[in-house]
Amino acid sequence: MAVNYSVKEEADGHPSGGVGVPGGGAVKTRKPDNTAFKQQRLPAWQPILTAGTVLPAFFIIGLIFIPIGIGIFVTSNNIREYEIDYTGTEPSSPCNKCLNVSWDSTTPCTCTINFTLEHSFESNVFMYYGLSNFYQNHRRYVKSRDDSQLNGDNSSLLNPSKECEPYRINEDKPIAPCGAIANSMFNDTLELYRIDNDTRIPITLIKKGIAWWTDKNVKFRNPTGDGNNLTALFQGTTKPVNWPKPVYMLDSEPDNNGFINEDFIVWMRTAALPTFRKLYRLIERKNNLQPTLQAGKYSLDIAYNYPVHSFDGRKRMILSTISWMGGKNPFLGIAYITVGSICFFLGVVLLIIHHKYGNRNTSADIPN
Amino acid sequence: MNLTVTVPNSTRSPSAGTTLPCLSRQADLLLLSSSEPHGLCYIETAELDGETNMKVRQAIPVTSELGDTSKLARFDGEVICEPPNNKLDKFGGTLYWKENKYPLSNQNMLLRGCVLRNTEWCFGLVIFAGPDTKLMQNSGRTKFKRTSIDRLMNTLVLWIFGFLVCMGVILAIGNAIWEHEVGVCFQIYLPWDEGVHSAFFSGFLSFWSYIIILNTVVPISLYVSVEVIRLGHSYFINWDKKMYCAKRRTPAEARTTTLNEELGQVEYIFSDKTGTLTQNIMVFSKCSVNGHSYGDVQDVLGHKAELGERPEPVDFSFNPLADPRFQFWDPGLLEAVKLGDPHVHEFFRLLSLCHTVMSEEKSEGELYYKAQSPDEGALVTAARNFGFVFRSRTPKTITVHELGRAITYQLLAILDFNNIRKRMSVIVRSPEGKIRLYCKGADTILLERLHPVNQDLTNVTTDHLNEYAGEGLRTLVLAYKDLEESYYKDWSERLHRAGSATEAREDRLARLYDEVEHDMMLLGATAIEDKLQQGVPETIAILTLANIKIWVLTGDKQETAVNIGYSCKMLTDDMTEVFVVTGHTVLEVREELRKAREKMMDASRSVGNGFSYQEKLSSSKLTSVLEAIAGEYALVINGHSLAHALEADMEVEFLETACACKAVICCRVTPLQKAQVVELVKKYKKAVTLAIGDGANDVSMIKTAHIGVGISGQEGIQAVLASDYSFSQFKFLQRLLLVHGRWSYLRMCKFLCYFFYKNFAFTMVHFWFGFFCGFSAQTVYDQYFITLYNIVYTSLPVLAMGVFDQDVPEQRSMEYPKLYEPGQLNLLFNKREFFICIAQGIYTSVLMFFIPYGVLADATRDDGAQLADYQSFAVTVATSLVIVVSVQIGLDTGFWTAINHFFIWGSLAAYFAILFTMHSDGLFQMFPNQFRFVGNAQNTLAQPTVWLTIALTTVVCIVPVVAFRFLKLDLKPELSDTVRYTQLVRKKQKTQHRCMRRVGRAGSRRSEPRGARRDRYGQA
Repeated sequence: MAVNYSVKEEADGHPSGGVGVPGGGAVKTRKPDNTAFKQQRLPAWQPILTAGTVLPAFFIIGLIFIPIGIGIFVTSNNIREYEIDYTGTEPSSPCNKCLNVSWDSTTPCTCTINFTLEHSFESNVFMYYGLSNFYQNHRRYVKSRDDSQLNGDNSSLLNPSKECEPYRINEDKPIAPCGAIANSMFNDTLELYRIDNDTRIPITLIKKGIAWWTDKNVKFRNPTGDGNNLTALFQGTTKPVNWPKPVYMLDSEPDNNGFINEDFIVWMRTAALPTFRKLYRLIERKNNLQPTLQAGKYSLDIAYNYPVHSFDGRKRMILSTISWMGGKNPFLGIAYITVGSICFFLGVVLLIIHHKYGNRNTSADIPN
Repeated sequence: MNLTVTVPNSTRSPSAGTTLPCLSRQADLLLLSSSEPHGLCYIETAELDGETNMKVRQAIPVTSELGDTSKLARFDGEVICEPPNNKLDKFGGTLYWKENKYPLSNQNMLLRGCVLRNTEWCFGLVIFAGPDTKLMQNSGRTKFKRTSIDRLMNTLVLWIFGFLVCMGVILAIGNAIWEHEVGVCFQIYLPWDEGVHSAFFSGFLSFWSYIIILNTVVPISLYVSVEVIRLGHSYFINWDKKMYCAKRRTPAEARTTTLNEELGQVEYIFSDKTGTLTQNIMVFSKCSVNGHSYGDVQDVLGHKAELGERPEPVDFSFNPLADPRFQFWDPGLLEAVKLGDPHVHEFFRLLSLCHTVMSEEKSEGELYYKAQSPDEGALVTAARNFGFVFRSRTPKTITVHELGRAITYQLLAILDFNNIRKRMSVIVRSPEGKIRLYCKGADTILLERLHPVNQDLTNVTTDHLNEYAGEGLRTLVLAYKDLEESYYKDWSERLHRAGSATEAREDRLARLYDEVEHDMMLLGATAIEDKLQQGVPETIAILTLANIKIWVLTGDKQETAVNIGYSCKMLTDDMTEVFVVTGHTVLEVREELRKAREKMMDASRSVGNGFSYQEKLSSSKLTSVLEAIAGEYALVINGHSLAHALEADMEVEFLETACACKAVICCRVTPLQKAQVVELVKKYKKAVTLAIGDGANDVSMIKTAHIGVGISGQEGIQAVLASDYSFSQFKFLQRLLLVHGRWSYLRMCKFLCYFFYKNFAFTMVHFWFGFFCGFSAQTVYDQYFITLYNIVYTSLPVLAMGVFDQDVPEQRSMEYPKLYEPGQLNLLFNKREFFICIAQGIYTSVLMFFIPYGVLADATRDDGAQLADYQSFAVTVATSLVIVVSVQIGLDTGFWTAINHFFIWGSLAAYFAILFTMHSDGLFQMFPNQFRFVGNAQNTLAQPTVWLTIALTTVVCIVPVVAFRFLKLDLKPELSDTVRYTQLVRKKQKTQHRCMRRVGRAGSRRSEPRGARRDRYGQA
């Protein structure tokens, strides 16, 4: 046999070496290695969606989510929250007179709003101011700051970042703190009184401890230099255009003044959405016998400095207690209950479908 | 154009035989002289036309004397010939030399690609070189090959780009309106940028800003990742041990890395025959002598043995002249020879005498045969081993060693083989003086010319012949006839006269031959196996089951091709009909095609009920009717018919007919026709085509097809160099397609789906956020997150899936070839799937934005501070996004290797690690303006509300997907799902068995053996 059998040697001198295979000499065998990796035989876990795994998963998700949802919902409902809109757009509102206040006005406009708490606030109470239709998340707004300056960097203090434009330099002096965020800092003053038999008892509002620890201690720092005199340290800078007074006069206490003023820090942490609330003051529970804020009449004194009417903004004052999961949050609880129920329901539906129509075990043939 | 060739410089003077084959690979030569007498030159043209028999070329007599270099140097002829063309079998030209004209024909040419055989050396004159050679004229243009997924991907990317512009426009309009309505009033806190004086201009600027921040939706990294995955798949092909041929020591090789997933979509395979399906080895495998069939493989007890348990081959050691490579498994034949059965002796005597083989005996006992066709060689070698050794021949004698005795026969006449006669005979005078005619030839011809006394024997032999043909063997019938001295004398005189006649010489000779080859006595029949490559029938069977249509395109003649068709089970006896198209004119071909179609349609009409047929006829064209044909048909078409069939007005007709057939064999086709056939299918069928071949004659086809596969084997390297994939055995094709191709396609599709999904889920959040930030192009995420999302957090898990994923193990894809079908139908990634992915991505992005929005809008931290500050919001959304897409890739990954685990968990870990690093004090101290998210991670992620939000988002994003997939699996499972599921069940049963056995109730409650389940399926 094999008369015409002929293996042609590579007479034309083309090596049949591969593109991917290292050329190697004639000595080196070109036989591929017999490794699990190269032969695609790596041990592997091959999960399949079967009724045995999917349906229990659905039921378990349902069974976990529904109690969590109920828990959140109950917790959220136990939280006391009280909200007053003091923008003053309605003519009847006491603050209506201040509606058209502007940054330039020198005389403060004050107004007082009386309100009644139906239920007492038992634990610590947090006082917020809320703004609506205020675009703290606008791209140009968000970027308009110089974190280097706010961190106490001296060169940035005198030469703020370009991002701060047009609030970078005023009258040839660098603005400290520069930028649109700082410039538009909320500057209403809110004071709370309990009216007890026509006497106004002021309620102590704590203004420290409202900012993140990292913000207060890491991110924001006053400029450093000789001595602790902030006035001297901020020498050569000017106040933001809208501000009535410079940054080193925000507060009397040195550890709450300058860039590390907590109201300022809270403001500088820009909101994600155009409607937001920011922590303003804390009201601590004094003793265990009395609720922090007992039910009754209160009055809110507002030094109305912050104009929002021009862009249809709203201003609110919110009093709220807190739980393990923060303030009132009905959405989360309801969402959890809904999703849990849907999962459970889906589980039931799928179970029925699987029992009625599921055909994998019975009729699915493998055509050969 | 006339081409003039000046002589001396253009001929390298090849002195040894080895240099000329090299030269003949570069240029078309005019044969001037050779080492053989009369300037003869034997060549093999397998690389040109696939034919493996030897051909003779002859130098024109005047140049054949130019044997040595000094004479050659004085040769100064001039050749005027036709311009370069692609006709391999025609050449016309004239040699002008010494004021004489000599006509030149194809008989004088050595074409590029042919190989010298049995010729020590030859000299030639270069006529065409380089791209002008006939071979190069036959190779098509190289085209840049791209996969259909590639093209689809480009379209989709364009669409996505359009979508991006749309989003940009919407948001820009939103911005203009917002600035006009709100922004204008908000200027006390946020004045417009310098240079922006109108809301419209602001909108214009915001358009570009949005184009920039939303650009992640156009996945730039997609292209890189796709290439990486393809590279990985190519390496897997290179590394595959099961595609390594130990004999030739060649591994499979992916020569391009861009076509892998198309291997999973092949619908048509165009295969060469010689060297691809066959090994190009002829083996004497069976014979029938005097009504007794020999050659079945038998075991010790004399029963037919199963394949695989072959006994020892017959021992030929008694014969010192035997060819050691010859193997035969039936000892019966040798016994018959030894017992002196006169029929068997006569049978082998015929084989040793009736042929045109030349022998060469370099040293005593070392015989070499030079055969023009491998069939003849195989027969003569068989006779040699059985003790009838053809030793040598002169023009007048043939010397044969018959069982050790040297006998010289006088050779009186050779009645040559040709295509019309389909037989050859010799007339010899034995030493005893008897004159005998020995004849061998095709059964159809020869059986008619037998003496009537042979009737019984003929019937038995015909049965044997049918049996052999059914096995795909090439059969010949052998017969002899004793001639009277007087009759022979008369006949030879007439022959002499006819031979010297000037008119109608051929006809007269043919009539004389016809006369003498009559009333012959039947000796028997031989069956030669054109040895297939290993595993060819199995491979073809599996590929056919996988719905891949296989067309054989060969330069060989029709009988050979059909034989191979039978032996590799492409053609079977069960087929309703095999149509053979051999028409020489346009009309004939058209008529034959029309008849074939009518027959197929008649059959389907009679099978299907009339109603459905009517309906089909009214609703559609011929095509759909032909596609729904009942019964199995095959089409065999000849090269000259194909030339007509490929013409513009008939090609559709041809294609429809051919596609309705289960098997198509085109024989006697030129390389260019091969390419044209491929092109035709590509053009009208919109199917993925694969061409596989091994010779230079396949190059154009390999280049034309979507995927070209080269067999790196016997016929040189041109095919491999032009191919996209190469390996050394045809059978590897099934693994390349069904395993590697299928996986590649699956992986690529899964990869693309996920990739588009994750980018949409990621980017669209910006779009929704736009409505809440005054369309100001504020991003939702930290800039570093945006940078790293595609590169670090989500790239590796999906890459790992794209490289390693497997739905069913490799042996299953061979077991169930139907698993290949989704690729052919393009089910796993198409426009519909794309939109589903996009929809899922958008759905995820909506939840990704609005759930945190709903939760965080009024939420406060557990220390009373505001929770919904921008940075916390960004971290919450980013974290839920990373978790959701990680869970999603976990769902998509069907094959969790250690690498997948590492990448998925590693990506999550990397996310948190990088997050905490980016938000750390240290980095902020160094670059306060770059890392302004300081302290954010630990503050935000310490909040239970945030984690509850993330969990909620994840569940809401994933649950519908799981539910949907489960329903699909449960109600409409794909075959691959079923296979996976069955495997899981089997595995469980196995472990159950093991447990039960351990408990001691072995086998008492076998859950359900495989067969039983099959039965139940069957009933259902």
